[in-house]
Amino acid sequence: MPDLSGIGVSAGVAAGPLLRIAAAPALPPPAPVTDAGAEVDRAFAALAEVVAELGRRADRASEATVAEVLRAEALMADDEELRDAVREQIEDGTDAPHAIAAAFGTFREMFAEAGGYLAERVADLDDLRDRAVAVLLGLPMPGVPQPGHPYILAARDLAPADTADLDPSQVLALVTEVGGPTSHTAILARALGLPAVVACRGVLELPEHTKVQVDGATGLVEIGDFTVRRAAHAAKSELTGPGATSDGHAVKLLANVGSAKNVPAADEAHAEGVGLFRTELLFLDRTAEPARDEQVTAYREVFRGMAGRRVVIRTLDAGADKPLPFLNQDGEPNPALGVRGLRVARQRPEVLTTQLAAIAAAAADTGADVWVMAPMVSTLTEAAGFAAAVHEAGLPRAGVMIEVPAAALRARDLLGVVDFLSIGTNDLSQYTFAADRMCGDLADLLDPWQPALLQLIAICGEAGRESGKPVGVCGEAAADPALAPVLAGLGIGSLSMSPRAIPAVRASLARYTYDECRRLAELAVAAPDAASARKIVG
Amino acid sequence: MPTRTVAVGSASGLHARPAKIFVEAAAKAPVKVTIRVGEKKPVPARSMLSVLALGAKQGTEVILEADGDGADQALDGLAALLAKDLDADDA
Repeated sequence: MPDLSGIGVSAGVAAGPLLRIAAAPALPPPAPVTDAGAEVDRAFAALAEVVAELGRRADRASEATVAEVLRAEALMADDEELRDAVREQIEDGTDAPHAIAAAFGTFREMFAEAGGYLAERVADLDDLRDRAVAVLLGLPMPGVPQPGHPYILAARDLAPADTADLDPSQVLALVTEVGGPTSHTAILARALGLPAVVACRGVLELPEHTKVQVDGATGLVEIGDFTVRRAAHAAKSELTGPGATSDGHAVKLLANVGSAKNVPAADEAHAEGVGLFRTELLFLDRTAEPARDEQVTAYREVFRGMAGRRVVIRTLDAGADKPLPFLNQDGEPNPALGVRGLRVARQRPEVLTTQLAAIAAAAADTGADVWVMAPMVSTLTEAAGFAAAVHEAGLPRAGVMIEVPAAALRARDLLGVVDFLSIGTNDLSQYTFAADRMCGDLADLLDPWQPALLQLIAICGEAGRESGKPVGVCGEAAADPALAPVLAGLGIGSLSMSPRAIPAVRASLARYTYDECRRLAELAVAAPDAASARKIVG
Repeated sequence: MPTRTVAVGSASGLHARPAKIFVEAAAKAPVKVTIRVGEKKPVPARSMLSVLALGAKQGTEVILEADGDGADQALDGLAALLAKDLDADDA
């Protein structure tokens, strides 16, 4: 069998047997029912096994919210109305698998008709049905395999629901058929310190238990008689101090957080502060803007937890993939290019004013060094307007995110009116390459190693060097250990990422001198394509 | 028959976490409790799927009914639970 290749999105080499996420079972042809009582027992036992399995998963889940979702799902399968419907179907002569499918089908129809939140739960019902049918057919339940030995996980793509159940002590590496460098799989792999290859065509055609070796840097998936081995784990590094190159050039390692709940993880990773505090969580699912006091409470919790350290808080980043009901943003023909981020302030300036006032009130007396930045800024006028609003609210440090090529090209001008820049590489890729972040087929264009993207980052880094003002990166690129020395060499002074990625990035930076970083950066920007750029560091 | 009419207090409606808390409480009640919205068919309050399918949002008035010993007490408890915001972290 020929070797396969895809895009390496999380470095490291591991080998082991490849197992797929089991697909949903197909319903067998209908069978006659001879003993209705026994058939009902069989169906109920299958449902009970599904409930028990969800309960076991909930017990194993390390996060309370995940456990709660699983328990709510278990409750949906442990339902007397559902069992009544199954019994009726079987007593009418339907076999157990079809009776279960029909019983879930009734609720499915009701959920789909109701629309909104309930329509989204249809997938949960389908999952429960597939699990029960798999039990009846003696097949593995669909989802992440639990073979009881280490293995390499293959899937079309990983959904957040799959990852809740993924046991990092058993999974050696991840390989997916679709997806890109900013896909959920890539983010997860880096968070767990697992090698990962995405957009690997043909991986699902390999027989189960095929032995493969996965190189998460080069994207190569080799087939052969490899001994099982776990990737040497940079994340296990004993280094803890502030981020720096081997000769002591400082690169601050900061955490991305969404609420005070993430602060303990940031502390555990010895984060030097918060480089991206996303404030959308508070606003999601709201029909009205959260009151100032409610905002103050939420922000203060994070600021208190970070006393003595820097916290870069981002004002509301609504729109595009994060529409907010209270802003009535429905109906934009192209939301990614529409009224999002700071642009919302054109129509609803009071939302920003209230938020800035809340941040200022929350920051008082917490001891945190609070910096404020705006998302989706394109022009000097927008940046100057935002900086003025921040300073007027009594906050000392105003910055803007660099997500639009227009802003990157004018980084020097922007640093004339703001105090710092933070590059959001995910959106900067999307807008530079005109490639939708959600579009798996264009994953190669969204690769953070694309030289054109690195060149835009270089413009910002250079502007930072000249002005002496901080320029950081807070997109997924910041979590790529191999890219860290390149970014440092480009003049980036801070990297902000999910806390779990920090140890590996810290270890990677410590392997290079600052001069080496600058040389790698020059070579990477000059490379003809992303794969060549990546090889320079490899 | 003892009846309580109550407006759903949870921000996200009678979904997800609030629905789970309510259904679990209803399952513990000593009497069979039904829940309905307006004149629609009453459904068992201990059935998660049926409760979800009501599609009750924040502010939707739901009617709880039960009969037998302890019905009033059970309904009071469940009505109070529905009126609270079960999405809040301290709920």
